[in-house]
Amino acid sequence: MSNTKPSLTVLAWGAVALVALAAVMIFVVAPEDADQGFSQKIFYVHVPIALTAYACFGLGAWKAFRLLATRGERYDLESYTGVHLGTIFGVLTLVTGAIWAKASWGVWWTWSSNQLVLFLVLFLFYCAYFMLRFSVEPGPRRERISAVYALFGVALIPVSFFAIRLANDFIHPTVFTREGPQMTGEMFAAFCVSWASITLLAYVMYRVELAGKRTDANLRELREALQP
Amino acid sequence: MSSADQYVAAAYGVFVVVVLVWVAVLAAKLSRLERETGELVQLARARPVAGEQADG
Amino acid sequence: MSAYLADVAALARKDLKLELRARDTLPAMLLFVLSTLVVFHFALPADAGEDAAYGLLWVALVFTALLGLARAWVAEREAGALDGLVLAPSDRSAIWLGKTLATLAFLAAAELVALPAFVVFFAPLDASALGGVVLASIGICAVGSLVSAMAAAARGREVLLPLLFLPLAIPLVVGGVGASISPDPGTYLAFLGLYDAVFAILSWAAFEYVVTE
Repeated sequence: MSNTKPSLTVLAWGAVALVALAAVMIFVVAPEDADQGFSQKIFYVHVPIALTAYACFGLGAWKAFRLLATRGERYDLESYTGVHLGTIFGVLTLVTGAIWAKASWGVWWTWSSNQLVLFLVLFLFYCAYFMLRFSVEPGPRRERISAVYALFGVALIPVSFFAIRLANDFIHPTVFTREGPQMTGEMFAAFCVSWASITLLAYVMYRVELAGKRTDANLRELREALQP
Repeated sequence: MSSADQYVAAAYGVFVVVVLVWVAVLAAKLSRLERETGELVQLARARPVAGEQADG
Repeated sequence: MSAYLADVAALARKDLKLELRARDTLPAMLLFVLSTLVVFHFALPADAGEDAAYGLLWVALVFTALLGLARAWVAEREAGALDGLVLAPSDRSAIWLGKTLATLAFLAAAELVALPAFVVFFAPLDASALGGVVLASIGICAVGSLVSAMAAAARGREVLLPLLFLPLAIPLVVGGVGASISPDPGTYLAFLGLYDAVFAILSWAAFEYVVTE
């Protein structure tokens, strides 16, 4: 099944190397931020995690679309794994975001951080995905319903983002600001390496988890065939 | 450690811990799959050998 | 095209007739929305501004809509009629559109009671607030009909429906409240229109996949 794609082994070792490089870039190469101090380093892990979460949700939605368009059997597990990893990285975004908020502004949560609020809404949405999936009998119907829901999620991302920005106009929260990315070249390079490493790591996790789910399904089928 | 250091450590630490938890969950799944494959091998071996049928 | 619209009209009319005969959903929605508004009076502290009341109006509307949506597919499910409808030679999306229009009619009826009550109990509603109610109601029913059909296929559907619906309803609440209290309601009304367009088209296209076995 995975013969045509780059070998998982190669990708996994590549992820190890990139993560190691990212650690060096973040803590040795990139200079400390003048305004925010050492806590700015959280940026190098929080933002790539958020971007990876979006990518995973997008992957889940793409596989869902393929499932509805072609009815290929493989797409259900692929979409499910994408959404699952997206949710994991989404939770990580919220937690690292809260830590960064505490480090920068002294509060664990603020409604004025559009990205944090967006991830909260998405977290609620995708948790419901799992509840939906576990409430419907396994079969083609469940696959289709899950796929439609995953597609709705991806449509919800930009719509929610606009909504949250509009909401800030009349909620008037205490606005916290952070210095924008006035990054030096080394900081930008560190960010890019970190982003690449976390993306590759997420992809490796996706392939591994998918292999586990597929094997599980195959074994179940094998068991049914072998039962006397 | 200054408090900024602690927050940075916490953020990266959470990331590492979550990935390790994921590994642990997958490891549990893998050992279950290993056990089930073993059981299926037993089932396959226990089947009456289809010796009466021609092989080719 | 006219056959499609005729199917839609027939389906919507069937739902309205069933409700007129059974009279279980609509009275419940009317009573619920009134009770909720009364509860909100006790929930608001004395010095809460008018703006807080508008927020609560939208909470009331969303949850009243949920009440109606929970019962949206019950008739079909109990009679096993959904399979029959799906097999009928009409475009499946017509089923969604018919159901959406019928649900919209029920929600509109509940709003005809809720909005005057709100004005009497709490605060005035201007044209942009009402525009927000109209646009958001369309969005609620469009998305709600689809999501309700999803929940209908599941165990524990009464609990599942709010979980599926509420995250999708958040932008509608933002739009509705914004249209009521913001000095520039046009942006919020435009946003509600955008939501309606995007999610109505999505629901219309996706319904067939949700409902076929």
